[in-house]
Amino acid sequence: MLVILGWFNIYAAVYSDDVVLSIFDASQNSGRQFYFILVTIILLIAILTIDLKFFENFGIGFYIIFCLMLVSVLIFGKEINGAKSWFQIGPLGLQPSEFAKFSTALVLAKILSDHNVRLDKSEVLLKIAGIILFPVALILLQPDAGTALVFFAFVLVLFREGLTPVPIVLALVFGIVFILTLLVKDLYLYIGAFGLALLFFLLGKKTTKRGLYGLLGFFILAGMVYSFDFVFNKVLKERHQNRIMVLFDSELDPQGVGYNLYQSKLAIGSGGLTGKGYLKGTQTKGDFVPEQSTDFIFCTIGEEHGWIGSFFLIVLYVGLILRVIFLAERQKWRFVRVYGYSVACILLMHFALNISMTIGLFPVIGIPLPFFSYGGSSLWSFSILIFILIKLDAHRMQLLNR
Amino acid sequence: MNDSRKFIIQLTTIGIGVVFLSRLFFLQILDKEYTYKAERISRRGVIQYPFRGLLKDRNGKTIVDNKTVIDLKIVPRDFVVKDTAFALELFSLEIEEFREKLRVAREYSPYQPSDFIKQMSLERFAAIQDQLVDFPGVEVSPRTIRFYPFASMANGLGYVSEISKNELSKDSSNYYSQGDYIGKSGLESMYEDYLRGKRGIEYFIVNKHGLKIDDFNGGESNIAAIEGDEVVTTIDAEMQQYGEWLMEGKQGSIIAIEPSSGEILSFVSAPTYNPQDLSGRQFGENFTALSVDSLKPLFNRPLMAQYRPGSIFKIIQSMVALQEGVITKDTRIRCNRSVIGCHGPHSNENLKGAITHSCNPYFHNVMRRVVNQKVSEDTYEDTSLGLDKWSKYIASFGLGSPLGVDLPNEKGGLVPNSAYYDRAYNNRPWKYSNIYSISIGEGENLVVPLQMANLAAIIANRGYYYTPHLVKGIGEAGKPLPKYAEKHFTMVDSAHFEIAVEAMAQVVRSGTGQYRAKLKNIEVCGKTGTVQNDPLPDHSVFIAFAPKVNPKIAVAVYVESAGQGARSAASIASLMIEKYLIGATERPRIEQYVRKGKFLN
Repeated sequence: MLVILGWFNIYAAVYSDDVVLSIFDASQNSGRQFYFILVTIILLIAILTIDLKFFENFGIGFYIIFCLMLVSVLIFGKEINGAKSWFQIGPLGLQPSEFAKFSTALVLAKILSDHNVRLDKSEVLLKIAGIILFPVALILLQPDAGTALVFFAFVLVLFREGLTPVPIVLALVFGIVFILTLLVKDLYLYIGAFGLALLFFLLGKKTTKRGLYGLLGFFILAGMVYSFDFVFNKVLKERHQNRIMVLFDSELDPQGVGYNLYQSKLAIGSGGLTGKGYLKGTQTKGDFVPEQSTDFIFCTIGEEHGWIGSFFLIVLYVGLILRVIFLAERQKWRFVRVYGYSVACILLMHFALNISMTIGLFPVIGIPLPFFSYGGSSLWSFSILIFILIKLDAHRMQLLNR
Repeated sequence: MNDSRKFIIQLTTIGIGVVFLSRLFFLQILDKEYTYKAERISRRGVIQYPFRGLLKDRNGKTIVDNKTVIDLKIVPRDFVVKDTAFALELFSLEIEEFREKLRVAREYSPYQPSDFIKQMSLERFAAIQDQLVDFPGVEVSPRTIRFYPFASMANGLGYVSEISKNELSKDSSNYYSQGDYIGKSGLESMYEDYLRGKRGIEYFIVNKHGLKIDDFNGGESNIAAIEGDEVVTTIDAEMQQYGEWLMEGKQGSIIAIEPSSGEILSFVSAPTYNPQDLSGRQFGENFTALSVDSLKPLFNRPLMAQYRPGSIFKIIQSMVALQEGVITKDTRIRCNRSVIGCHGPHSNENLKGAITHSCNPYFHNVMRRVVNQKVSEDTYEDTSLGLDKWSKYIASFGLGSPLGVDLPNEKGGLVPNSAYYDRAYNNRPWKYSNIYSISIGEGENLVVPLQMANLAAIIANRGYYYTPHLVKGIGEAGKPLPKYAEKHFTMVDSAHFEIAVEAMAQVVRSGTGQYRAKLKNIEVCGKTGTVQNDPLPDHSVFIAFAPKVNPKIAVAVYVESAGQGARSAASIASLMIEKYLIGATERPRIEQYVRKGKFLN
């Protein structure tokens, strides 16, 4: 119970900050956010009173409902900023992709909770991949790359549950090679790849087999370089190319593609050690930073509260995520553990991607900062995510007896 | 199981946090660039323009004032017109004009105010002010323009307008920036440094549309504007206006100087224009119209129009000859009209008579005596040496180079010396018989009207002058520039001037000036000049001072192509003296004669 109290404290802190920050962003937004919070509390009470079996068994139901909503949003949805992600119900917008996260987590947990499921069987992997990728595909159709990207948090969960690290290592290699293709001339990369292969061959036994592996490795690397280059220059539109190039050159086109990032960095960068003081941020108050009450909310912290404020916030998030991992780890029931890890990884994904984009470490994609950004759907979705976990955690002793 | 994987995920989480914090540390604390750039974007300095200093006349009347006008600006985003017909009537606009203004404003920015109605008078603004509440998005922005209560002395005052690119590049003090106003000519330009005051600046925090959202730093970084200095001129505004009224329809100049101080009382350049035309919104078109006008109203005649001095020059010749001792006041010279033409019935005059009758042969002879004093056996060399000595004398009367009045573009005229003739004759020999026409004020001599007025002042002062100037007090110190407090003596002894005074008194008492320059209660001393201007009629010139004892005013009048100096110029000069000393003329007939302007037969 102490744990739960501690949790509430963390939330209280996060929540109140949220309200306060939103008040000056726009009176309308802040006012509405207050009601969103009230609704959240009602939701939470509901979650805490519902029997836990419900989540275990009805997860698949949620999943189906939200997938249906994702389909229908493509047809009936309202287009905002070029993406059809919203249902407009009266004055309220509802974003089904936000809710798809927790339902997917529940389904995943349910599947993995079966002790017979092993992650090295290909049919199991295919099934899981299908469950994850189906909503991803629907979300990409909206299109909303940011939210879709979050679903890859589940790969981390699977990794924890015994998936081989190969996909993650491959993804890392992909990422490194991709960045290198952008920054370094292709020729040097080919030479480098060849050098690596040669090194691999020379350092071990000089057998033909080893030589062939080396050669294969070279061709794979060279092929990656070539195809990345091709994809980047030929397949991606200039708009997308620039979004990525902006990361390496912060002064690139500050009035055009670089505008968001440039203004965001100015706002955060001008905060200094202690910030300009609450409500005194010139860049955020002056509307220079776009989407500052939603995706770029971190700018407000950075500008008004400086490095110390950012430190506090980041420590808070890291603490929260570690806490969730801790909770997940102490579960005996695999269903809850998988679910807990899903929550942690989704939070981690949001936290990492959102702050990365505001400080220029990742391309700008629309993705909210959990509990901070304005928006009912995202707030509810995260609250539901976490409180289901709390509910499940609270009953762990009881579950043990099963 | 899988404990290491748990750690990997935990470490990744912590690692991301550390990466963020170090990146933020770099962005927020190490790199000051962002702070600077952010301030540059969000802080806006708005220049506070000071009130330009006023110009007063010598009696404390304001001749150049600042008038507040209202610019109405619209913010297109907020500007809503419910009743277009009413709006058109209120702003007195045509529908096309109205639409065009809206279009231009929208194109400029939907959020920022654009000019809508420029320079509306305060009276007009007061009349429509109450109705303005029906128009959201209209901003009222007051500013000041120059206003001229006397609407006179346009060329002397000059005008103020936006700084040109050329002036901007020459501005070594870096005070000005584009769009600033600067004194372009006349006193406005000469006393620019005093009149302009000191600009202030107010800093605001603006949003991305450039709209003010707050004071910067609580207003503590603001710098208040400092008003320009008041400049007190030497002009008598009413007399100035009177002079311009007299000169209407004519071309020429009137310069009146107070001899005891060098203060310029009137500075009339005709034709002139209303200085108000070059202040305010019609500046562009009015300026173009004035600059293509064939009568050149922008040409500042008192300083820039160079004429030959004519007979008036004979007074200076007399003074030089007396000083050199080559004649005395009793020297008589026969009027030998075979050497040089003459006019009027006289045959053998003494100096006073020769000045009064403007005897050409007399001064032909007098100058020969000055120039050829047999210093050298060689006639050519003797003439050359003599001429150089002569031109130094003439220069001491303020001729041949700019006097240094406090106005721009002053011309110096010309006093020839030996070097000048060497050049003109291409180093072939020349002697007095080649250059004698300068002896009677014709030939190569050139003067501007201001120099002639100064000459009248020199004679009135019996031998010295203060550099003529238009400003007697700047700011609170209330002093003129120090160079105007310096007495300049001619190279001729004061005693010799009595004969010039007597001769000029006689010109008005019984000579050429007696019909139109003589006043009942004031003894006027004057000299007529009739300057050849082939093929057009001669220029009419008159210089005078009054009263004879303890003179209060010296005046020079040029009327172009108006015939004899005794007619228009003498009339105008005496009317100016009356205006200054009495307040109005006692001879309405002369005033009518001048206003009619028919001076030729």
